[in-house]
Amino acid sequence: MSEVPPGFYLALAGLMFTIGAVGALVRRNAIVIFMFVELMLNAVNLAFVTFARMRGNLDGQVLVFFVLVVAAAEVVVGLAIIVSIFRRRASADVDDVNLLKW
Amino acid sequence: MTLEMVVFGVTFVVALGSSLAMVFARNAVHAALFLVIAQVALAVTFLLQGAYFVAALQIIVYAGAIMVLFLFVIMLLGVDKRDALIEPLPAQRPLAVGLGALLAAEVIYIVFKGIDLVGDAGGEAITALNRDPGNVLAVARVLFSRYLLPFEATSILLVVAVVGVMVLTRRISDVADLQTPEDLPAGAPVKEIAV
Repeated sequence: MSEVPPGFYLALAGLMFTIGAVGALVRRNAIVIFMFVELMLNAVNLAFVTFARMRGNLDGQVLVFFVLVVAAAEVVVGLAIIVSIFRRRASADVDDVNLLKW
Repeated sequence: MTLEMVVFGVTFVVALGSSLAMVFARNAVHAALFLVIAQVALAVTFLLQGAYFVAALQIIVYAGAIMVLFLFVIMLLGVDKRDALIEPLPAQRPLAVGLGALLAAEVIYIVFKGIDLVGDAGGEAITALNRDPGNVLAVARVLFSRYLLPFEATSILLVVAVVGVMVLTRRISDVADLQTPEDLPAGAPVKEIAV
């Protein structure tokens, strides 16, 4: 079943991680930045699955499960923070949250 | 040119294309929908590598639950197409793209230089596991034996997250609106507060 070399999967994961990192730096909307963080987590999941296949055991697939749970908790808390900031400032733009900036 | 090659090629293009489209999407809803496409494409790559349970989780939890939560919050806050005209850090965007290109080059280099260090079992071991106890059963055996303690820790994490969200999003104004009897003018009826 492994006619595609695993390096191609790892390259795809690395490129998607890069796009996620650049997007999180370039965009200004806090919700969109969160989506890029999700994209980076997804790319890492692909790397885990590929390493599981290369190593021939299932530890990588179990790690994906844990990443999924942590991502779910992180999204819930992060979106709650964004909602409470939005209530106070009527904006989801990260540049508007500058009270602690010197 | 096998079927797996063709499927992988299509998935590669779809995943990278929708991720790039996310960067350029002006509308937050469009970005969310492109992210769903990228996640489904990643689920296909999981299927290609024999991770059937994880692929199903990816679609149900990520593309289903988490993205619905994202879309819900976008709709709750209102779609904001306005882009900030004032750049607090003028060089940030070009610098981010340049450093991103550097990171991509590094990752590709490391992948093709260091891949032999991991060692390739060729996927036969995963195929054998998927055939004999089945993918779900094999994952469950690893999850509930070697990773039992982390598994229990994730349940604590989820409880903490739920309690934290309830604390973060409660309305403080409900408490602030309560009047004490001293604040009221003389003779004004004191509001009964149901406890």
